[in-house]
Amino acid sequence: MHKHIPNAVWAWLAAFVLLALLPVLPEPVGSAFHQELGAKVLIMAIFALSLQLLVGYTGLVSLGHAAFFGFAAYTVALLAPQSEAGNGWWLLAASVGAAALLAFVIGLLVMRTRGIYFIMVTLAFAQMVYFVFHDTDLGGGSDGTYVYIKPEFTLFGHRLLDLEQTAHFYWLALLLTAATVGLLALVLRARLGHALVGIRHNEQRMRAAGCNTTAYKLASFTLAGGLSGVAGFLFAVQHGYVNPEILAWHQSGNALLMVILGGIGSLPGAVLGAFSFVLLAEWFQGMTKHWQLLMGGFIIIAVAVLPQGIAGGFVWLRERWQARRRSPLPAVPKPQEGTP
Amino acid sequence: MDLTTFLIQCLNSVQYGLLLFLVASGLTLIFGIMGVINLAHGSFYMIGAYMAFALSSLVGNFALALLLGIVLAVVLGYLLEWCFFSFLYEREHLSQVLMTYGLILVFEELRSILVGDDVHGVAVPAWLDGSIAIGNGMAYPVYRLFMSGVCLAVAAGMYAVIRHTRLGMVVRAGSTNREMVQSLGIDIALLYRVVFAVGMALAVLAGMIAAPVASVYPGMGGSVLIVCFVVVVIGGIGSVKGALVAALLIGFVDTFGKVLWQQAAGVLVYVLMAAILLWKPQGLFRQGT
Repeated sequence: MHKHIPNAVWAWLAAFVLLALLPVLPEPVGSAFHQELGAKVLIMAIFALSLQLLVGYTGLVSLGHAAFFGFAAYTVALLAPQSEAGNGWWLLAASVGAAALLAFVIGLLVMRTRGIYFIMVTLAFAQMVYFVFHDTDLGGGSDGTYVYIKPEFTLFGHRLLDLEQTAHFYWLALLLTAATVGLLALVLRARLGHALVGIRHNEQRMRAAGCNTTAYKLASFTLAGGLSGVAGFLFAVQHGYVNPEILAWHQSGNALLMVILGGIGSLPGAVLGAFSFVLLAEWFQGMTKHWQLLMGGFIIIAVAVLPQGIAGGFVWLRERWQARRRSPLPAVPKPQEGTP
Repeated sequence: MDLTTFLIQCLNSVQYGLLLFLVASGLTLIFGIMGVINLAHGSFYMIGAYMAFALSSLVGNFALALLLGIVLAVVLGYLLEWCFFSFLYEREHLSQVLMTYGLILVFEELRSILVGDDVHGVAVPAWLDGSIAIGNGMAYPVYRLFMSGVCLAVAAGMYAVIRHTRLGMVVRAGSTNREMVQSLGIDIALLYRVVFAVGMALAVLAGMIAAPVASVYPGMGGSVLIVCFVVVVIGGIGSVKGALVAALLIGFVDTFGKVLWQQAAGVLVYVLMAAILLWKPQGLFRQGT
């Protein structure tokens, strides 16, 4: 039976099991600080994974992905009761639903455009959402709003997770990351995923083959929006605070950076990209107040020398290594066909 | 709203629209001709505003500061194209978006290191510091008229150069078929470098003349960039005429939005964009018009 399970699934499972061990490791490694940092990485990983579906598999370069992330975070902050813990299931579902709905509505409008227009229009729409929250009192204006008490996840009256504990929050983030990876892997194996990849390669041909490409792209956009809502939910719960900055286009730029940094068109790439991005930002912030200068410089160099991202860099290194292992051998003439 | 207020708001709309056009035309020039999507264009505008602040106190003469700023912008643009943009032409839009995004971060932090994060004001030069009476005891500042005048002059100059000179002909040809122009013996690398420098100079000029009216603050590049994108999307990518029409349209919507419906002013521009996209997904004008 287990012959049918591909290696990649085992690799993912092993990775998630190892990551789940982080909070139980001894102090310097499994400290609360590292758990929090780990959760930050996982939140960004979900965000990057959702954008990967658009950029890497559907070929839609969106520069407005923060709109859905931020919209979900605001949904949690606005719906969570102030005096008691909210219902985690309901808040998660509501924020994901809200993000997906927003993505559907924006998607209906932006699917009419393509290429460079798509980049600009998604950016402009995200900016519109930013201004709605920034200029009105809906979410506290530019000051933002708070999630006073972290929501509770209960099952049959039994409390499953205590999110005030960093370890529990970390495990929730890990669980949701695993769910996102699983869902995306299934979608990509399904008809929808194949259609999306086909659209990325040649939309015209897909349309000629009788495929309603706009509907498929819209489905991809909505799904990506909903998944980034998962990240937005976790973000609001972790920080207990949301402000319009999480809707700003820098956030969209960062997501795109993670995807490209990790490697376009690869799910592990998105996770790897988020991992490197969060750790780099943390490292740079520790070095100087002007850490964005280092980040900017890093981005420029990365674009110049790593056109295929980190995952592509690994592939390149492996190929070189294999080539070097092969090259010292003298060229042995191939035995002629038929000779013993 | 009485007639005088209406008239003043109209003048404000035109002035804002023309200023937007000045920034957006640089963006359109760089995109339309070189095919590079330049997110750092807003930063160029910011650089201009800070140049106005630094140079006018250094030189003491606004006109001289303007001239010096443009020269500096051309030199800077030439160097930037040489260092960063010249190898982006062959790459896909994604790389361009990312690299210019990196440049924004670098410019913002350099600004923060060199000038700090304070908001600065730039004085209107004495010879432009007056106002013209417009009925009912209302007055309109001369400086705003001067801004509109500069923008109009640049727009007219650009149109004349692109339509009626040999250089303009080469630029137009280069935007359609790079290889063909190159094989006719024209140094396309140099041409691109010059076009980029001019595009940057347009944004810097806009930032410089806007500084006395808009004041100089961190993050000013970002907000201008997004509005410019809206201008370019509404007008039609690569169309200078479209950029002009769209910029004026946005000038009116934004200015009157702020007067009539304060709360929604920030969003109105995007609603306009959505409506136009529903009607014409490729913008109002086609490329090359």
